[in-house]
Amino acid sequence: MKRDSATDPFDLAVETGETPWALETRGMSVDYGAFRAVKDLTMGFEKRRVTAIIGPSGCGKSTALRAFNRMNDLIPGCRTEGQVLFHGADVYAPEVDPVKVRRWIGMVFQKPNPFPKSVRENILWGARINGYSGDEEELVEGSLRQAALWDEVKDKLDKSALALSGGQQQRLCIARAVAVKPEILLMDEPTSALDPISTSRIEDLLEELKSRYTIIIVTHNMQQAGRVSDRTAFMLLGDLVEYAPTKELFLNPKDGRTENYISGRFG
Amino acid sequence: MNAGKFRAATGARGDGSFLPNLGKRQAAGRRWAAAFAAATIAAVLVLGALVASIVNDAFGLVAMEYTVDPATLAPGGDIEKLSDAELVAALEGNLKSRRLRALGNEKPLAERERADLLALVEDEVIKWEVVETFSLAESLLGRAEVDAFVAAEHPQAKLVFRSWVNARYLSASQSATAIDAGVRSALIGTLMTILITVATAFPIGIAAAIWLEEYAKDDKWNRFIRVNIYNLAGVPSIIYGMLGLAIFVRALEPVTSGAAFGAAADPTGANGRTILSAGLTLALLVLPVIIINAQEAFRAVPRTLRESGYAVGATKWQVVWHHVLPAAFDRVLTGTIVAVSRAIGETAPLVVVGASTFLTQDPTSVFSKFTTLPIQIYQWTARPQEDFHNIAAAAILVLLVLMLSLNAFAIILRNRLRAKKRFA
Repeated sequence: MKRDSATDPFDLAVETGETPWALETRGMSVDYGAFRAVKDLTMGFEKRRVTAIIGPSGCGKSTALRAFNRMNDLIPGCRTEGQVLFHGADVYAPEVDPVKVRRWIGMVFQKPNPFPKSVRENILWGARINGYSGDEEELVEGSLRQAALWDEVKDKLDKSALALSGGQQQRLCIARAVAVKPEILLMDEPTSALDPISTSRIEDLLEELKSRYTIIIVTHNMQQAGRVSDRTAFMLLGDLVEYAPTKELFLNPKDGRTENYISGRFG
Repeated sequence: MNAGKFRAATGARGDGSFLPNLGKRQAAGRRWAAAFAAATIAAVLVLGALVASIVNDAFGLVAMEYTVDPATLAPGGDIEKLSDAELVAALEGNLKSRRLRALGNEKPLAERERADLLALVEDEVIKWEVVETFSLAESLLGRAEVDAFVAAEHPQAKLVFRSWVNARYLSASQSATAIDAGVRSALIGTLMTILITVATAFPIGIAAAIWLEEYAKDDKWNRFIRVNIYNLAGVPSIIYGMLGLAIFVRALEPVTSGAAFGAAADPTGANGRTILSAGLTLALLVLPVIIINAQEAFRAVPRTLRESGYAVGATKWQVVWHHVLPAAFDRVLTGTIVAVSRAIGETAPLVVVGASTFLTQDPTSVFSKFTTLPIQIYQWTARPQEDFHNIAAAAILVLLVLMLSLNAFAIILRNRLRAKKRFA
């Protein structure tokens, strides 16, 4: 894969770095003003696997996810400490431009938020601004196919993306994210605004996407975590309580709090 | 019947700690609704009275006297029916030979346009003179009294119904007699002034709003700036006039008079009291309003839209340019319309900046002396003669029509943008 600069320290690290983890955090804490939302998080995410982060509302799971690609930088008063390593390079190092981080670590949000443009433009905009020089039609079709949306929208590529159904919009957002060819996809409760059928389509999609991308998904739906993820992390009040292969975590939790949560005793 | 059953069925429920009060609550709601309706009616009545008083003055009967009875020139006094040759004959028969020679030297009478000849006959031969004007209400409701009054006071006068807004009024310049005066110079002055105002205040206002809303850190210094922009929006307009006088007319005189650009300075001596100064002063006046409105428009763009841009690796500028601006533009436009509408009607700051009181020439460039519609209205209303009040009313109508058509244009543009945004 060709990078756009051969001198940028972040690019150099990404270029040569082959780490056991696709993404790794070391002592990452996130503060909103005086409130510490994520406390000293140290964990790694396996390559080309789906990792789920579960926990009750307000446990800091979304905040942690948004810290991975420096999305929290956009929120005034939000501070991040510790390290987030992408191919061994700290995305929070002072010389790293967060724009570059987000280009490699894409994101899909809770509410489908396509651009108020045509379906085609939704795919192409991100690619163009990142200097994509290949064939545009190929990219549109390829990205939409990866998001299992091509057959549904191939005849309305020039129609407004806002005319699609909620589930289609969310898959378009996934297509838009993969169009810039990232390595990691962060998904922040991507199905919580969707009906059960759209939800299951996206869950099926994750299974295919993980052959190419490392996926980190935050969900408050434990069944979903059980269905789609390879590893699951359970967070509570900003702490990482337990992190294990999904089956193990659900069938044989080591921590009492995990057991209480997954058995529905709170949350 | 059914209601009675419902009451019977529900009245017996509960433990008695809830007293029946629904009737009272609904009555209170009805009282408030009536008050709101009354307020709306009051507002509509006041607006109606405003429009009625303007229209009342802008149209009505006029008693006019003449030097030569038009009936002697044409049957029934209708000179429109005369042929070109007859018009020339009327001129030759009634004007002094010296005047005829002067006109002939300008352009021979036989070669002149018909409209030109008609105007000459009216102005030089018949010489209409307004002796009494009547309001629309008097003309319509009290025709008999008007007739009696005119017959008693001005037996020579002819009574005609006149619309003070007419083609001639729109195309003529200022004059010492009301019947000859028009609003063309003022209309052109207003349009040029507003054009300069929009051309400067709109880009600067949006740029400032983008910086304040998207780039500026939320620190003490910037909060101070923001609060003071709000304060500036409330400063009386005459203060802006003082500012414009100090900056544009005095300090920047070489620029605003055009001397710095080698433009031929106005021979009559504008000295910086130019359209450019007026436009820039009004731009200062509307700038805070445009900034505030644009800031609010940017703030209303949902965070999710910005995040979707950032998530594919866009820079801040790309997000602002490609997503925030298009999403906010219709609101920005609305805010600008409101601000510019206010500027069109401003009088006080322009008086201070030095609007001309009697301008018979159209402005030729932004370095010309200027007058505007509100200035003209102000001056005409201040005169003691009745007929100047009539042309002031006519100028108000012109100003209102201008303002409403500019607003309509902007609203149509905004709705188009909005529709585009929805179905792009």
